[in-house]
Amino acid sequence: MAELSFVITMSVVTLFWAIVGGIVPLFIPKGPNRGVIVTMLVLTSVCCYLFWLIAILAQLNPLFGPSLSTDAIWYLRYHWP
Amino acid sequence: MDSLLRGEELCLAQLFLQSGSAYDCISELGELGLVEFRDLNPSVNAFQRKHVNEIKNCEEMERILGELASTLSFCCNHRVSVCLQEQLQRLEVELGEVTRNKEKLQKNLLELREYTHMLRITHSFVQRTSEVSYEEFPFLEKDTVMDYSSMQRLGAKLGFISGLIQRAKIEAFERMLWRVCKGYTILSYAEVDEYLEDPETGEPSKSIVFLISYWGEQIGQKVKKISDCYHCHLYPYPTNNDERNDVVEGLKTRIQDLHTVLHRTEDYLRQVLMKASESVYTWVIQVKKIKAIYYILNLCSLDVTNKCLIAEVWCPVNDIANLRRALEEGSRKSGATVPSFVNRIPTSDTPPSLIRTNKFTSGFQGIVDAYGVGNYREVNPAPFTIITFPFLFAVMFGDLGHGLIMALFAFWMVLYENNRKLKNTRNEIWNTFFEGRYIILMMGLFSIYTGLIYNDCFSKSLNIFGSGWSVKAMFTAEMWNGNRFLTLDPNVTGVFKGPYPLGIDPIWNLATNRLTFLNSYKMKMSVIIGIIHMSFGVILSTYNHLHFRKKHNLYLVFLPELLFLLCLFGYLVFMIFYKWLVFSAKDSREAPSILIHFINMFLMQGDGVPPLYPGQTGLQIFLVVIAVLSVPVLLLGKPIYLNWLHNGSQRLGMYRVRGYERVRRNSEEELYLMRANDMEEGSSHSDLSSSGDHEAEEFLHQAIHTIEYCLGCVSNTASYLRLWALSLAHAQLSDVLWAMVMRVGLRMDTRLGVLFLVPVFSLFAVLTVSILLVMEGLSAFLHALRLHWVEFQNKFYSGTGVKFSPFSFSLLPSSFEHDGLL
Repeated sequence: MAELSFVITMSVVTLFWAIVGGIVPLFIPKGPNRGVIVTMLVLTSVCCYLFWLIAILAQLNPLFGPSLSTDAIWYLRYHWP
Repeated sequence: MDSLLRGEELCLAQLFLQSGSAYDCISELGELGLVEFRDLNPSVNAFQRKHVNEIKNCEEMERILGELASTLSFCCNHRVSVCLQEQLQRLEVELGEVTRNKEKLQKNLLELREYTHMLRITHSFVQRTSEVSYEEFPFLEKDTVMDYSSMQRLGAKLGFISGLIQRAKIEAFERMLWRVCKGYTILSYAEVDEYLEDPETGEPSKSIVFLISYWGEQIGQKVKKISDCYHCHLYPYPTNNDERNDVVEGLKTRIQDLHTVLHRTEDYLRQVLMKASESVYTWVIQVKKIKAIYYILNLCSLDVTNKCLIAEVWCPVNDIANLRRALEEGSRKSGATVPSFVNRIPTSDTPPSLIRTNKFTSGFQGIVDAYGVGNYREVNPAPFTIITFPFLFAVMFGDLGHGLIMALFAFWMVLYENNRKLKNTRNEIWNTFFEGRYIILMMGLFSIYTGLIYNDCFSKSLNIFGSGWSVKAMFTAEMWNGNRFLTLDPNVTGVFKGPYPLGIDPIWNLATNRLTFLNSYKMKMSVIIGIIHMSFGVILSTYNHLHFRKKHNLYLVFLPELLFLLCLFGYLVFMIFYKWLVFSAKDSREAPSILIHFINMFLMQGDGVPPLYPGQTGLQIFLVVIAVLSVPVLLLGKPIYLNWLHNGSQRLGMYRVRGYERVRRNSEEELYLMRANDMEEGSSHSDLSSSGDHEAEEFLHQAIHTIEYCLGCVSNTASYLRLWALSLAHAQLSDVLWAMVMRVGLRMDTRLGVLFLVPVFSLFAVLTVSILLVMEGLSAFLHALRLHWVEFQNKFYSGTGVKFSPFSFSLLPSSFEHDGLL
């Protein structure tokens, strides 16, 4: 179950940034600024995807968990699913 | 895009301008702003140039306009005028006359008003003293007509001196009178109620009317001298009442007349100024243009026939057609029979660099140029900086709320960018922010994204998708141990349900060991981003090598550099990802420290720690060997190759020179062609005779480059850790601000709390903007800039070029901007 949600998340986000970086540049109209806009799109998608990827991979297999105070535990026990 | 990536191609052109149409042609070129003129008379002193008199005339006109501007206080619309210089001189003379007249009239008016005051006040003295004298001199007739000639019966001649003196000087005056005249004078004085204008300083000041009565003529002389000394204004004192009344009447009418005349003069002055102000804006521009054109004419040289001016310009190749058209237009305007024309000439000088930008890209190009303008046609980091600079800023700034505020501020500036008031203020700090409005907008947008990933919004986390950690599972497994803190154990089933899909899990905001996790995450993230950024920089250098047709650089410089970087630090990135993917909480006891493994790799010791994966030792040795081997290739490859090339051509040249004279001439031509060909390709083949020197220089240059690069790899990788450091600082500051300011207001009881919360929130807002947005923003901006300038650009950018500065009227600096005219 956890695996499935991870796979879904991974594929959705990868697909999104792949579209932004790979498909959208094909639709930019020809003009003096086409090169700059395409560069911007590709770089944005690469940077943002990388940043998200690092965040999710760092949490994939945690070696230790959060250390919570008793108040926080009491709150989370009853308010979070 | 090619222009932004690399800069435009420029060529050297010669303009042949007929003397009659030279002025108009240059005026056309100035309007268009196409070309940069080169100085053809560099050895000539500024005062010995041809058009130095015309420039002096222009400066004279500028002076007149400057004086005109200082008497004006409003701006105006355009109107074309002719015969500029004569008009300006006439205007100056007229203005001078009118102003002088006005001043004279005002002085006159002042005197009359003083006289009136004096008469009025001394009247009151006399009224007082007449009663005294009535008592002291009982033998006077009892008529109320004051007749001072009766005093003459005493045998002494009584005289009066009256006038006005500055209030500050009255006491000294009185004392001086007493000392000099020793009681033979009587001084009475009173202050004038209204402020009169002091003619010397123009400031309103208080005056005192005095009346001195004295016996004897010599005393009178002394008194006169003393009053001159104290700059008193003396007025004749009337002897009897009728005379006094006549004088007062006369003064009244004169004052009225003077008022009318003064009024008329001021009206006339205002009209003259208004008429001038309508045209002064155009005149200023015209004079600037004329002066600029004469400067350019000074840069040209005469040709042999003395009929035609020659100018050398740098012109973009794409604009040569426009240049021709401009020259034709100029020739047509001046009605010349022979047209001026342009001729492209080959050159071995390096042209200046021209990069065309629009309002969006100009900000980013500006921050790249601040480090150094690129060499002619080398790769320009600006198009990549448009995204990577705001991205690195956002990694260090990383807060959703602050990013939102920054983006909104920048968005407001962009929406109102055509508002004249915003554009033309003279506040330097505001101008800096306004010029960078697109940069700030990008920075804000990226900060929103990184704030979302860091899950940090004004130091609070958002829980959009549900946390991946479950406390309930810890209770089910009965791991409660009665301590104040409980660490969730991912080994227990159900506690960890999977990574949070968008960024850092919100539970970490509530944890006490939050920083332990975040530090590890952010440090690794900084190293990964840094190495990728640097590799990108190295790869960009291939553009340069390919463009300048130095293919040998690809194999001898680029390949060793890339191998060195990737074999060592790319492997480090691989290890980071490997550890993240392979090691989980189950084997957390055996989870290796990447740093230890990395160090062991260099020292070639693998025995102490268990391997991460089978075959690790072998692979690591292989990578270290490749990296170490690429260093001597980088160090010696290029010098040896170039040396081999030189030796080859030298042998070739020597062989040819040994031939007959005819062959020699041919060979010189061929050598010249070869050299010209080489120049166009951009390679730097040296003069044959000094090849020895050049070889040593090449070797030294390459040695320095190698050392810089290899040591730089290590230090620059560590330098990227500032991404971690600044984001930690920002998060902590934000947390402290919340905990110490807002929470204090939120904890109070409802009734009092509502009132208390308003000042608390305002304090929170002020501190957020000033410390977190402005201070942290500037700090992160600076560090992101440094990462670009040093760590990224030293992999491929030399930045030692000259910027193309075209001759354009719109770029002329204006000294009149200070007066707020433009």
